[in-house]
Amino acid sequence: MGANEGAVRHAEKLKRVMDAVQLKRPDRVPVAFHTMLWYAKYGGTTIREVMYDYDKAAELGRRAILEFDPDMFAPPHQFTTLGRVLEAARFKQLQWPGHGVGDNQPYQYLDREYMKAEEYDEYLFDPSGFYLQKYMPRVLGVAEGLEALPALPGFFYMRLVMGMRSFAHPKVVAALEAMRAAGEEANRLVAAQAQFTSEMEGRGYVLAQGAVSIAPFDLIGDYFRGARGILTDMYRRKDKLLAALEKAIPFIVRQTIATCKASSSPFVFIPIHWAADNFMSLAQFKTFWWPSFRKVLLGLIEAQLIPVPLWEADCSSRLETIADIPRGKAVYWFERTDLVKAKQVLGGIACVRGNVPPSLLNMGTPEQVDAYCRDLIEKVGRDGGFILDGAFGIPDEAPLENARAMFQAVRKYSA
Amino acid sequence: MQDQERRLFEAIGEMREDEAIELARGLLDGGADPLRVLELCREAMETVGKRFQCGEYFLPELILAGEMLEKIGAMAKPLIQTGAGGEAKKLGRVLIGTVQGDLHDIGKNIVTFMLDINGYEVKDIGIDVPAAKFVEEIREFQPAVVGLSGFLTLAFDSMKETIAAIEAAGLRDGRRIMIGGGQVDETVRGHTGADAFGTNAMTAVTLCRGWIGG
Repeated sequence: MGANEGAVRHAEKLKRVMDAVQLKRPDRVPVAFHTMLWYAKYGGTTIREVMYDYDKAAELGRRAILEFDPDMFAPPHQFTTLGRVLEAARFKQLQWPGHGVGDNQPYQYLDREYMKAEEYDEYLFDPSGFYLQKYMPRVLGVAEGLEALPALPGFFYMRLVMGMRSFAHPKVVAALEAMRAAGEEANRLVAAQAQFTSEMEGRGYVLAQGAVSIAPFDLIGDYFRGARGILTDMYRRKDKLLAALEKAIPFIVRQTIATCKASSSPFVFIPIHWAADNFMSLAQFKTFWWPSFRKVLLGLIEAQLIPVPLWEADCSSRLETIADIPRGKAVYWFERTDLVKAKQVLGGIACVRGNVPPSLLNMGTPEQVDAYCRDLIEKVGRDGGFILDGAFGIPDEAPLENARAMFQAVRKYSA
Repeated sequence: MQDQERRLFEAIGEMREDEAIELARGLLDGGADPLRVLELCREAMETVGKRFQCGEYFLPELILAGEMLEKIGAMAKPLIQTGAGGEAKKLGRVLIGTVQGDLHDIGKNIVTFMLDINGYEVKDIGIDVPAAKFVEEIREFQPAVVGLSGFLTLAFDSMKETIAAIEAAGLRDGRRIMIGGGQVDETVRGHTGADAFGTNAMTAVTLCRGWIGG
């Protein structure tokens, strides 16, 4: 394929996707390719291998994208080839093949209390100090020595010069060396991703995510307090929780904008964990979950980015609330929420994406997948504002012919 | 119910944790029968369960109520005279665990909690449970219902293998198997061979009621 042909295809696919985002009617329903560890099944290898081998994952990613010809793609680096850097960082929040789970099992998060209840004040007073001296040593094995760092803003003038002693502390020196090695591995991963992304964009595919971001409640719940911690904090220390959610907003927004602006894509992928109908009441959702996330969304939109939250589980009762954002500026990807209902509520507000069930992709027949996609395309995609995808992309165990049926459906039923 | 007892019952039901703990301590210090205090807690938990069932309460209330119960239990249990009273009669036995390869436990814990406060004798055998372990536990515990939990898509096959192992061991007859988790649906139920599926704790309670009463 010539460079020009690739550029023409890229412009065509980008227009199709952007028409959907802006709630116009595209020439056909766009379809996205997103997966985590399905490459192992696709390539007849183990999850461990695709997590550790950048070249192998890129080869499988390339093969899948060329075979499926999606409009948007996610490179197999952000959620797949993480093994080496996890190992280099001695990351403690995950178990992955060779580190707690078997060679053909997916990586899994360890729900723990990573910030104690009595540490809210420390986080609120000085989030950066808390990260350096407490949080990073707890979750990154390489950063354990940073516990020996003093509170840096206490230094000044000649005391600041003398304060350099802290960086000669053997524990700190060892930590910085190990962190440098982890950083170099992260650089290799990012370089592999950049090379892959550039090649795929050259072939005409649109990068589906320039950055990955998070909702403040999910940040504090998943990565700091743990499920039990944050849910009881809603009663025991409501004000501190709300203050921490507010505190996290500018950090999340600034970091996401910086990462995304350094990429070639305006799309920000945001997996959403705690918004589901079953988890908290609508009143609690409106108090604890939505306000801080809405500010994140508005901050990203203001920076000309396009947030793509993946609303996990069923969020039907949240639809009216989450409709309160500017029109045509975001993609709402739903896992189990009925897309017909979502479209009714959000049709004039946000493009919807999804949501072929994992059970069907894994255990159905290609004909069943085809029929399901046709139904979605006809009911949800008719007037635009729709991107076809799996409920959370292609699940790890899906047979190739079922995945293929989803990508073929847009050409059969909406071209 | 005396005034102080009523206040304890209400404080638990209304999620006023500090007040509930203080009232329980006051009752126990005043010489109240610890079994009576625990009975009040159980009644309050039933109220919490009912509010959960009707969509008024959600996970924060279930977890907080569970922690209040733990705290009061820790105060009351050392005061119980051995041989006094006895556990309320349970409706039937349910064995529950997260299937092999899956480490998720929030859903399983909520189901366990809801079945427990609805009167079932629940044995929770944890996460990442191999099929052989389920077989061994069923043989020993003799549950009327087995609950297989899983959040990941890999759980679909683990559930299927577990049910096949239960059948192969001759333990399926006269026993119901339910599966639950964020991704399960009728297609997954068919694939695994389970009797029923659910995506929330209330379904588990309804299924057990239908199968073993209560």
